[in-house]
Amino acid sequence: MLQGTLDVLVLKTLALGPAHGHTIAHAIEHRSEDVLQVEHGSLYPALHRLEDRGWIASFWGTSENNRRARYYRLTPKGRRQLETQTTRWDELVRAVNRILRPASE
Amino acid sequence: MRLTRVFRRRHWDEERARELDAYVAEETADNIARGMTPADARAAAHRKLGNATRIREEIYDMNSLGFLETLWHDLRYGARVLRRNPTFALVTVLTLALGTGANTAIFELIEAVNLRALPVAQPEQLVELKILNAKHGRTGSFQGSRPSFSNVVWERIRGEQQVFSSVLAWTTTTWDLAPAGESRPVQGLLVSGAYFATLGVPARIGRVFTAADDRPGCGTPGAVISDAFWHREYGGDPSAIGRAIVLDGHAVDIIGVTPSSFFGTEVGRSFDVAMPICSETVMNPARHRLTRPDYWFLGVFGRLKPGISGEQAAAQMRAISAGIFRDTTPPNYAPDTAKDYQTFEIGTLPAANGYSSLRTNYADSLTVLLVLTALVLLIACANLANLMLARATAREREIAVRLAIGASRLRILRQMVSESLLIAGLGAGAGLLIAQWFSRALVAFLNSDSTRVFVDVSLNGRVFAFTAAVAAAAALAFGLVPAIRATRTAPNTTIKASSRSVTDSRFGLRRVLVVAQVALSLTMVVGALLFVRSLWKLTHVDPGFRTDGVVVVSVDYRKAGMAEAARAGFERQIIDRLRALPGVAGAAHVDGAPLAGNFWNQHIVVGSVEQQGNVNFNAVTPGYFDVMRAPLVAGRDFDDHDTPGAPLVAVVSETFARQYFPRGAVGQTFQIVQDPGVSRPPIRVVGVVKDTKYTDLREPFTPVVFMDAAQQTEFRGASDFVVRATTALPPVTAAATRALLDLNGAIVVQYQTMDSVVAATLVRDRLMATLSGFFGALAVLIAAIGLYGVMAYTVVRRRVEIGIRMALGADRRSVVAMVAREALLLLVAGATAGLAAAIPGAKMASTLLYGLQPSDVPTLTASVALLALITMAASCIPAWRATRVAPTVALREE
Repeated sequence: MLQGTLDVLVLKTLALGPAHGHTIAHAIEHRSEDVLQVEHGSLYPALHRLEDRGWIASFWGTSENNRRARYYRLTPKGRRQLETQTTRWDELVRAVNRILRPASE
Repeated sequence: MRLTRVFRRRHWDEERARELDAYVAEETADNIARGMTPADARAAAHRKLGNATRIREEIYDMNSLGFLETLWHDLRYGARVLRRNPTFALVTVLTLALGTGANTAIFELIEAVNLRALPVAQPEQLVELKILNAKHGRTGSFQGSRPSFSNVVWERIRGEQQVFSSVLAWTTTTWDLAPAGESRPVQGLLVSGAYFATLGVPARIGRVFTAADDRPGCGTPGAVISDAFWHREYGGDPSAIGRAIVLDGHAVDIIGVTPSSFFGTEVGRSFDVAMPICSETVMNPARHRLTRPDYWFLGVFGRLKPGISGEQAAAQMRAISAGIFRDTTPPNYAPDTAKDYQTFEIGTLPAANGYSSLRTNYADSLTVLLVLTALVLLIACANLANLMLARATAREREIAVRLAIGASRLRILRQMVSESLLIAGLGAGAGLLIAQWFSRALVAFLNSDSTRVFVDVSLNGRVFAFTAAVAAAAALAFGLVPAIRATRTAPNTTIKASSRSVTDSRFGLRRVLVVAQVALSLTMVVGALLFVRSLWKLTHVDPGFRTDGVVVVSVDYRKAGMAEAARAGFERQIIDRLRALPGVAGAAHVDGAPLAGNFWNQHIVVGSVEQQGNVNFNAVTPGYFDVMRAPLVAGRDFDDHDTPGAPLVAVVSETFARQYFPRGAVGQTFQIVQDPGVSRPPIRVVGVVKDTKYTDLREPFTPVVFMDAAQQTEFRGASDFVVRATTALPPVTAAATRALLDLNGAIVVQYQTMDSVVAATLVRDRLMATLSGFFGALAVLIAAIGLYGVMAYTVVRRRVEIGIRMALGADRRSVVAMVAREALLLLVAGATAGLAAAIPGAKMASTLLYGLQPSDVPTLTASVALLALITMAASCIPAWRATRVAPTVALREE
């Protein structure tokens, strides 16, 4: 996976509502139709980092399977961050495309 | 938020562990739902997650402060290692304590004398004024520690300068507290009225002088005393203000006490009592210096006005010089001297650090000492590096294991260097304590009967920074290379190898270190021997007289109310009283005791030709040559016929006789060059005396003329006598005091042995010999330990080889020869490098030597011989051990 894209994917996943680590990992895999394989372990340092920056917040809740789990939700700061990062991603994709497929436009 | 996490790391870690557990539980449940067995489901969940411990570590690290924390861990680990090896810890810390302590002590002295600013307000604004262009010197009488100007010139400077917000003048002097009997001298300071105001030094209690106190005819407007004197004499009692202090018989009111940090304007000297310069007319009525332009006795400082640069100040001083020196030309000067005087220009010198004769006299010595102590530390570092290498060899497997399980080389390096830093830190801490004691001992060493040295050696930021830098440099010097070496091993080789070390390349480094030690200690031994031999030569210089048993008795009879006419008679009475004492073999008056720092010189005329160069003079009474055991080689001593009215007579030294009257001096005459208009009576030589040293043991014998004191008419109010005692001194001086007080109840007397007079001229030489000897011995000791270590290691390393050789029939002698060859190799390499460094090193110190060339062959030979001896001694035990190697045991070890 591209360096730094994990952060924005986590933020996007949390934009739909609070979730715990297990859900987030599987959600990313499913919604990319299994193209993006997250090493589930690496998710946790990323979550810690995002929380450290104040983009997400965490709380203990009960999972759908009735287990105690640590839930994460997006903070307003995180939502703004998601927007900037999405824009930046779009720009990056457009730029890369312009190089890869110059004739198609 | 970050910081709170640092301190709540453990909590966070537990939180993460629970979170990861929760993940595994969820994933396992999902897997079971997909139809896996519970065991497989759990295993698959763990696989999916990855290494949980690494994840936790990664997060844990995010919560740490990185470098600092690792350092803290390393230091704690180092402390544990040291606690487990108390001998190693003690040896290393003690070695470093001595090394850094010696360096710090010398630096403290250099800092206090050379680098520190005066403890006054904004010292950087201070400028010293001084005549810098007196090519032919200045003529007149010079008194005090900084005789830059006469009072007449000083008053003109004060009146005409416009670049300083304020100027000050000062001179040093001695007054006596004793009403009569044995003298109790106090260090006096005569200061201008604005002295304290210019420096910005307020009174601690009472008040300091103002310009109003220092005016012509002021009498004795008061005394300002130093904090130390206030505590010593008055126990720090505030009621001392307003009380009278009796100085040289004059009662003066104490008006104030200075702050404890203030010692005056001269670094290396402190004062007890200060009075305004105008008090001179009362304190020194017979020869007061206020109106004499040829009495040089004042040092002058100024404080620059805001916005005035040093150059502007110098320019104005130059501009006013011509007028000042034109108007103040001493009327008694010869025309040439007067013309020279009028070309003088007042120059400026930076004075933030005050003036210091100590600085001038000891600058070279202190530099040499700092180099010597740095060498001691280097040699010690080499030993420690050797020790660290040996320990690294012992810890090689530990390091290999750590490398093998994934520690980075840098990490282990950092850990080992931290350990060295810890040792250096502990050593430097102990060194600072040693330095406090040592630097004070050094200052005490500089004191003699006649010079009281005051240096405030205290621990301050600069000293602390120096010690820290030295310790850090030492830690790197002895810790870094062994650490780099230690981490260079390939883990698999080391772990596979048996208990024996496989990294022999390290041994080469150990030998290099020992060679360096031998070289450095040879340099130090050469230095030490040069200084010791130089001192030995100085103490064995024949001064031309015998010092043992001679006491210089200084009698001050200014308070005795002596009329000038009665003086000669009174002095004769003193001599008679002294001669009559039991245990006294002779007594005579002398104007200036030899080597005591007095001098009197004149130009002379021989056969109506004025001679080039100065001739030294002294005035003595009959019996002086006998007291000093300086034999007459021709003619006669003075006698009672040589009265003030009779023709002038002189006894001259052999050198004088040879130089001016090669065909026999007795009966010849010469004249003293006098100012124009003053008569030049002929002086007839009546005797020739063996050469004696005049002011300095180091100088060759100079022409000296002894005049008969009875024929000298200048009134002094104080006189020196030399007495030869044949018994122990204390009863003699006690009896002398009683006898003199019996003669006159108001005289003050002071005693100094001729030996201590001579010793006082050799303080610097004794300091250098003692310290370089001490440091040299220390260096040799440390190097011997290093040599022993390496030789012992050689034998252990070559045990098997020795065993095989012995099994094949080598006898003990050839085994010893083998070890000796090794030692010799180290010695030759070390001595060669050492000599190459010692000779240019000694050249640097050559100004401090007497009668020796820096490349003095006997000294160099002796130094090499000494080191050869040490090398042999250090390899004796290892060689003996080598002969005790049992071939069977050694071979079985393989």
